[in-house]
Amino acid sequence: MARIELRDVRKSYGTVEVIKGIDLDIAHGEFCVFVGPSGCGKSTLLRMISGLELISGGEVVIADKVVNSVPAADRGLAMVFQSYALYPHMSVRQNLSFGLENISTPRAKIAEKVDQVAKMLQIDMLLDRRPKDLSGGQRQRVAIGRAVVREPQVFLFDEPLSNLDAELRVDMRGEITALHRRLENTMIYVTHDQVEAMTMADKIAVLRLGELEQFGRPLDLYNRPRNLFVAGFIGSPKMNFMKGRVAENRSQMLLDTGEALALPETGFTQQPGQLVTLGIRPNHMRAIADGPLAMDVRSVEQLGGESYLYGALKDGTSLTLHLAGQTEMRLGQTIQIAADAAQFHLFDTVSGDSLRTEETQP
Amino acid sequence: MARLVAMLTATRGKGRLHWTDWVSYGYLTLGIFLMFGPVVWLVLSSFKTPNELDRFPPRFLPYAQDTLVVEGFDSPLSLFKVVEGEMAGETVAQIRRAAGRSEVVRPDAPDERIRMPATQLAPIEGVAFATENYTNLFERFNFLQFFWNSTFITVMATLLMLLVNSMAAFALSKYEFRGRLSVLLIVVGTLMIPQTVVLVPLFLIVTELGMFNSLWGVIIPGAATPTGVFLLRQYMITIPDEILDAARMDKASEWKIFWRIIIPLSAPAIAVLAILAIMWRWNDFLWPLIVLTRTENFTLQLALNSFQGELQTDWPSLLAMTVLTLLPIATVFMFLQKYIATGIASTGGK
Amino acid sequence: MLRIITPVMRLIEIPMLALQRLVGINRLAWAFLLPNLVLFALFAFLPVIVNVFYATSGGSNVMLADRPYVGARNFVNLLDCSNYLDPNSCREDKFWRAVWNTAWFVTLQVGFMVGFSLLTAVILNRDIRARGFFRSVFFFPVLLSPVVVALIWKWILQREGVANAFLDWTGIGGINWLVNAQWAFAWSVFISVWAHMGFYTLILLAGLQAIPRDVYEAATMDRASPWRTFRRITLPLLSPTMLVVLVLALIKGVQTFDEIYAFTGGGPGTATTFIIQYIYERGFAGAPRLFGLAAAASLLVAGVLVLLTLLQLWVNRRNVNG
Repeated sequence: MARIELRDVRKSYGTVEVIKGIDLDIAHGEFCVFVGPSGCGKSTLLRMISGLELISGGEVVIADKVVNSVPAADRGLAMVFQSYALYPHMSVRQNLSFGLENISTPRAKIAEKVDQVAKMLQIDMLLDRRPKDLSGGQRQRVAIGRAVVREPQVFLFDEPLSNLDAELRVDMRGEITALHRRLENTMIYVTHDQVEAMTMADKIAVLRLGELEQFGRPLDLYNRPRNLFVAGFIGSPKMNFMKGRVAENRSQMLLDTGEALALPETGFTQQPGQLVTLGIRPNHMRAIADGPLAMDVRSVEQLGGESYLYGALKDGTSLTLHLAGQTEMRLGQTIQIAADAAQFHLFDTVSGDSLRTEETQP
Repeated sequence: MARLVAMLTATRGKGRLHWTDWVSYGYLTLGIFLMFGPVVWLVLSSFKTPNELDRFPPRFLPYAQDTLVVEGFDSPLSLFKVVEGEMAGETVAQIRRAAGRSEVVRPDAPDERIRMPATQLAPIEGVAFATENYTNLFERFNFLQFFWNSTFITVMATLLMLLVNSMAAFALSKYEFRGRLSVLLIVVGTLMIPQTVVLVPLFLIVTELGMFNSLWGVIIPGAATPTGVFLLRQYMITIPDEILDAARMDKASEWKIFWRIIIPLSAPAIAVLAILAIMWRWNDFLWPLIVLTRTENFTLQLALNSFQGELQTDWPSLLAMTVLTLLPIATVFMFLQKYIATGIASTGGK
Repeated sequence: MLRIITPVMRLIEIPMLALQRLVGINRLAWAFLLPNLVLFALFAFLPVIVNVFYATSGGSNVMLADRPYVGARNFVNLLDCSNYLDPNSCREDKFWRAVWNTAWFVTLQVGFMVGFSLLTAVILNRDIRARGFFRSVFFFPVLLSPVVVALIWKWILQREGVANAFLDWTGIGGINWLVNAQWAFAWSVFISVWAHMGFYTLILLAGLQAIPRDVYEAATMDRASPWRTFRRITLPLLSPTMLVVLVLALIKGVQTFDEIYAFTGGGPGTATTFIIQYIYERGFAGAPRLFGLAAAASLLVAGVLVLLTLLQLWVNRRNVNG
C-alpha cells in the first residue's frame, strides 16, 4: 500500500524558505496533481518526495515508513521528467532496461518486461532507435515506459507534457489517465496548467509560494475555492472579481463602482461594513436589460457555438462574460449585466479567505 | 591543372579578383612552401643514400646509381655511361675502381674487361628511394625500444589523465558540496605552476617516490592537468541534471552514473582532450630529459636529441628517425584535424 | 579496449558504492576529486614549497636534509651585478646572459608571431577557397615535437644544406648559420615563430569569425575603405582576443626551452641560452649540480609567470564579462 504522507515538510536554501511546512495525505491508488504558478515550489516538493532533494524539516512518509534519509533509488518510486531525461547515448531498449540492470534483474526477465511495456505504450517498433530519432510524443512514451518497467509503488510526473504541442498534450493526458486506471498505483503529477489538473486528478493540491492553498477533489476546488488565489487559479476563463463593501443590512454589497448587488442572506459570514471581494464565474453572468451593473464592451470573441465578452465596469474592473450561442453585442457598446446570486463566491478582501460558512463546506 | 587554378582563384559569388585577392593567394602559396616545404624536404632527404646526402648542392629527389646483375659477378655492378674516348656513348658496368682508373665490362659481353680513366665515365642515375636508412634503424639502434617507451608513456599518461581529470570535472560540475569554490580556485592556482618552474623539487619528489629513471616518473606527475579539468567541466555542465536524476531513480550508483552516463555523453570533449594529451605526451621533452637518464629508457624525442650529438655525421639515420617520430602525430592530425583545431581553439592553450 | 576498462570500472564501483552509502551523494564528490587533488598537491603545490627550501640552501646534494641553510645567498649570487645591462659585470654572468637573451627573444618572437598570426588570420578570414586546407597548412607545425622542429631546420641550415645551396646558386655564397651568434639567434626566433604561429592564428581566426558579419556590411554601406574597416572595426573588435593571444604568447615565450636546446644547444657560446635552459644546466646538466641556484632562478621565473597568468585570468574574465 503506497500511501504518501507529508508532515510539516520544509525546505530552505540558506535563509530562503521555499517550502513552508506542507501537510498532505495521498491515499493509495490516488492520482494527485500539484498545481500552481511557476515558482510555487511544486517541483521542489515532488523532488523532495522522490528523494532527489534533501528535506530541511518535517517528515516524508511512504507506505508508513519515514523515508527522510532513504536515498532516492531506494524509495520504490519512478519519475518522469519534464525534459524526459532519456539517456541520449542509449537505444530505447537500453533506456528501458538500464534501471532493471541496476537491480541485477536476469537478462531474460528484462527482455520480457521491456517487450511487454513497449507493447503497452506502443513503442515496440522503436526499441532500437536512439532518443534523438524520436518525436516529442514518442520520447514522452519512452520516458513513461522507463518508469513503468520497474513497477514502482508510486509514479512521479514532473510537468511531463509541457514540451508537447497542444494537440498531443490532450492525447497524452488521456493516455496517462488510462495508464493510471490500468496500473492502479499512486501517481503524483506536477503541472502549472490547471486544465490538466482538472481533467486528470483525483485530488488537486494548489500551491503558492511554498504553501498549500487547498487540497481536494477538482470540483470541490472549483465550486468551493477556499481563497481568492484558488478561486482565480482554478477554472478557465478566470473567475471575475469585483471589490466592494458589505452594506449595513448585510444583504447588499456596495461595489466600488457605486452600484449595489444583492447578497444571499445565508451561506456567507459577511459582516456589515466588511471589505469584500465578490467572485463570479463568466458563465454565471448574463447580459440583461435591467441588470444592476453597467459594462463597457471592450472586445468580443465569437466562437460560433459560444461567445465571450470582455469589458470593464465603471471603475475599470475588467470582466469576462461567457454567452451560449452567438451574440449581437458590439465593441464600445455599454450593456447592463446581472449575475446569478446562487453562484456567488465571497472573499474577505484583506485576508483573501473565503467567507463561505463551514456548513456548506464539505 | 587549369581546373585547379580556376578552383583556387575563384571567389565566392563575386566577379573579378580584386588585387587584394591576388596578394592573399600569393601569401597563402608562400605559406604552403614555408610550412610544408621543410617537412617535405626532410622526408625526401630521409630516402637518400649517404652518398647522395653528402652531395652539394643537393638535388630535390633522391637519386641512386642504376645497377645491373652481370653474369659472372656476385653482386650487382654500377652502371656508367662513357663520355669520352673510343667507346663514347656506350653503357658499361664497373667492376672496380682504383687510382683514378676503372675496370669495366660491357653488360652484353661480361668476359672482356676494359680499363679506362675514371674521368671518362659518368654515372647513370635514376630516382630511387633508399629504404636502408629506415631498416638500419631497426638493425643498428634500439629504435623499437624508444618507440615502445614513447608509446607506453603516451598511452598510459593519456588514459590516466582522462580518468583522473574527468572524475574531478564530474565532481566540480555536478555536485553541490561545501568547498567547491575552493577546489576550483586550487585548480586555477595550478595553472600558475608550470612544470618548468618546479623542476628541482619535482625531481626530488619523483626520486623520493622511487620513480627516477622509470617511465612512471614521466607519466604520473603530469597526469592531472588544470586544462583537462576545465575543458571537461565546461562540457559536463551542459549535460542536463535531470538525466542524472533519472539515473538515480533507476537505482544507478554515483560511480555508475559517472561511467555509464557522464563519460559516454562527454565523448566529444574527452576526444578533444585525448588528442591534446597524446600530442603533449608524445612531444614532451624537458621533463623526460630530466627523469630518464638511461638510454634504454629514452623516449623517441630524447633519443633523437641525444643522437644528433653522438652521431654528428649520421644524418641518414637521424633523418629517418625524425620522420618516424613525426609520423604518428602527422597521421593523427590528418584524420582528426578538425577536432584538433576546435579543441585547441576552445582551450586556448595549455 | 572496452573489455579491459569495463571490469576495472565495475571493480571501482564496489568501494565507491560502499562509500556512497556511508557519506551520501554530495560528499562523494570528494572521492571523485581525490586522485586529481593528490596529484596537484604532490606535483604542483608541494614542489612550490620545496622550491623555497632549495632556493635557501646550498651544496650539490639533492636530499633536503643534507643541504645547509644559506638564507638569501643564492638570490644574492644571482642578483649581484654592478651593471644589470652588462652580464660580464655580474657574479652569475650566465644567468644574466640568459635573462637578457630571453628578454630579447620573447620581445622579437612574440612581436613577429602575433604580427604574422594576425596577418594570416585576416587573410584566412577572407572569402577564400579551401580555407580549411590553408588553416591546416599553417597549423600543422604546432603538432611537431620541438626536437623534430629543431632537426628539420638544422638539416636545412647545415653547412651543406639546402639553404646554403640556394645562396650559392644566387651567388651570395654560403653562410655558416648556426656558428654565427647573430644568425643562430635570428634563426631561433624564426623556427619558434614557424612552429607556434599556427596556434595563435587559430585563436585569432576564431576571434575574427566571432565578429558579426552585419557590422562589416554596415561599414560597407557607410563607404568605409578596406583599410579603414580594418583599423576602425576589425582591430577594436578583435582586441580582446589579441590580448589573450599576447599574454599567452608571453607566458609560453618565457618558458622557451626544448626546440632551441635541440636546435643550437644554447650556442654558439651562450648566444641562444634562455632562462629555462640556465635552470636545467645549473640543476641537472652541470657538475656540481647547483640546485640552490636553479631553484632560486626558477622562483624568479615563477614570479614573472604568476604575474602574467594573473594578467591572463584578468583578461579572460574581462572578455567573458564584457
